Amino acid sequence: MFELPQLPYAYDALEPYITKKTLEFHHDKHHQAYVDKVNGLVKGTGFEGAGLETIIQKADGGIFNNGAQVWNHTFYFDQFSNNPATAPEGNLAEAINRDFGDFEKFREAFANAAATLFGSGWAWLAANTDGSLEIVQTSNAANPLRDGKKPLLTCDVWEHAYYLDVQNKRPAYVGNFWKVLDWKVIEKRFSN
Amino acid sequence: MLNTVVKDIKFPELPYAFNALEPYIDAQTMEIHYTKHHKAYYDKFQAAVKGTGFENMVFGDLLKQISKSPAGVRNNGGGLLNHDLFWNVMSNDGGGEPTGDLANTINNAFGSFEKFKEAFGSAAATRFGSGWAWLIVDGSGNLKVTSTPNQDSPLMDVAEQRGTPILCLDVWEHAYYLKYQNRRPDYIGAWWNVVDWKVVGRNFSKVNG
Repeated sequence: MFELPQLPYAYDALEPYITKKTLEFHHDKHHQAYVDKVNGLVKGTGFEGAGLETIIQKADGGIFNNGAQVWNHTFYFDQFSNNPATAPEGNLAEAINRDFGDFEKFREAFANAAATLFGSGWAWLAANTDGSLEIVQTSNAANPLRDGKKPLLTCDVWEHAYYLDVQNKRPAYVGNFWKVLDWKVIEKRFSN
Repeated sequence: MLNTVVKDIKFPELPYAFNALEPYIDAQTMEIHYTKHHKAYYDKFQAAVKGTGFENMVFGDLLKQISKSPAGVRNNGGGLLNHDLFWNVMSNDGGGEPTGDLANTINNAFGSFEKFKEAFGSAAATRFGSGWAWLIVDGSGNLKVTSTPNQDSPLMDVAEQRGTPILCLDVWEHAYYLKYQNRRPDYIGAWWNVVDWKVVGRNFSKVNG
């Protein structure tokens, strides 16, 4: 049985960039519903007892959608802080400069990927097996792990992630996202 | 709109006030949905077709071969078209049940109006991510309930289940999130109160007539 992880900070910790109300719905309703649904769907299937990464690699339909969304949201919520490191350092900073030119160019390219993903989905920074970094867009629940890439950072662009705060203005949400994204977390993911 | 050359399509008017569908669909949602989302699809669609040759096609013909056009044409053209039908199948004098030919055809196709509502509500509730639920008349003249992802229309050649839509429900989160948040089934339940069956009946007669 999968369980909903607690948010690693208070619901109001990311105000005013991501509001308490949004986090309450996003974590307590959406994330919880994905957990409940995948738990119900795997019963009696070959995926009962499997880990989320196995589900992401191999499942389809409702088991994939709900299982991947559990993983994606945990990964998303874990990367924020009310006292974030606002830029990468060390090896990650070097890799970003190498593959995107500089940090500002990376931010532009990532924000563009987040703004232009049509419909519901996610924008990702992921590492390829050769160590190169890549910006990836995925629809709905899809996750770069399925394509052999290691996710480092993600931005949820389902409308439920921002509609209470900024309505149709997705680029404003992405601008706010940078204010609470903790690059220390991303560096740790990169060095693992 | 379907019989109009793409570059000549005007941004359609909303056929009622923003607060006309209260309390089922709130005025703030309607205002943002129409003036921001629908308008953005219209503007982006016109920008996407400009200089491609698609702007000189009749819209209905473009939809039948949308697979040959870039994603921006498909996505924004669908957004323009789908919202126009959506606004028109709702009114502040909605609710109740269909009558006449449409009522009979629904009963024959689904067993009863209640069973139709269940099938349509289920299509709307289970569409994962952004998209639409539809009641369509297929190529053989049969009524079918279906759903599409994002802004795809059953009139497009990319649709799994093709046909002519006579009723649709927007299940993008922007259609309901300010009032219903994660409770999409509550939005679907409330929406039946604003469905204008007179309009849906006319849409049906046009396809069938």
